[in-house]
Amino acid sequence: MHDSRLLPLGLALTLVLVVAGCTSIPADALKLSPESLRDRQLQTRVFDTEEEAKILAACSALLQDLGFSIDESETRLGVLTGSKDRSALNAGQVAASVIIAVLTGVVTPVDKNQKMRVSIVCRPVGEEKKRTAVRVTFQRIVWNTYGQVTTQERIGDPAIYQEFFDKLSKALFLEAHEI
Amino acid sequence: MTTRDILTSSLIAVCVCVVGCATTQERLLESDKSQVALRSIQTRAFDTADKEKTLRTIMATLQDLGFVVDKADATLGSVTATKLDKYALRMTVTVRPRGQSQLLVRANAQYQLEPVVDPQPYQDFFAALEKAMFLAAHEVD
Repeated sequence: MHDSRLLPLGLALTLVLVVAGCTSIPADALKLSPESLRDRQLQTRVFDTEEEAKILAACSALLQDLGFSIDESETRLGVLTGSKDRSALNAGQVAASVIIAVLTGVVTPVDKNQKMRVSIVCRPVGEEKKRTAVRVTFQRIVWNTYGQVTTQERIGDPAIYQEFFDKLSKALFLEAHEI
Repeated sequence: MTTRDILTSSLIAVCVCVVGCATTQERLLESDKSQVALRSIQTRAFDTADKEKTLRTIMATLQDLGFVVDKADATLGSVTATKLDKYALRMTVTVRPRGQSQLLVRANAQYQLEPVVDPQPYQDFFAALEKAMFLAAHEVD
């Protein structure tokens, strides 16, 4: 900045932005977004069976195959949830932290643990409710070496959902139809 | 407008923001907010007696809104779900009968470490739920 008197102004504006960031719930948090239909298609497959319990059983076996533990289930509502804790160590991040520590003597935290969560919700669809829609959603939380949450996000990678449903349809001996 | 004016106005802006965001004041209002007012913000009645179907529709709506279902209980009529999107938003929705032909749906949300007491997010939620239920959500006193 050329004018030194502008520095306090810059600081004040920064403060305004920081303080404004602490406001409450984002306005669109509970609004249906334009992407919600696309997400639903990505996360849902329809199977030609009305045996919801059979699908849930296959899902729980599949979750175990994938290393998840089952946290909650409510077969009357077609719900199954699970989670797994894994390392979130990232070689690049650790290397950068080490370089910073060597150069400045300051130890910077790096990502350490992550909890990955999954929930599966089934529901009968079709005019005679003879088919079952299965929707799976994943999310994860990452903590750093100081125990602070660094990332909390939904997992939106289409390949993950595709792979999950490929495995589920193999386990069920049924074709997974897109919606 | 001189630099001094700009500085003064931005300082005033900071003060306004800080005051508006002050957690102590917010907490005071939160405890002031009567139970009845909060309950009516968080509750709607639907003209259906099908609890299980309503719970399933609530879960579908929550999933459409980007939530991951944490737990559900058909007997109790409750669903809890969490949305992670750089922030953590947790919601519990309960369903209970109101007379013979209606169900009361109550939702309460927690954003990060604060309860959500603003009516707008609840209106948004019930607007989405209405669409999925193919039924109107009635306000209750």
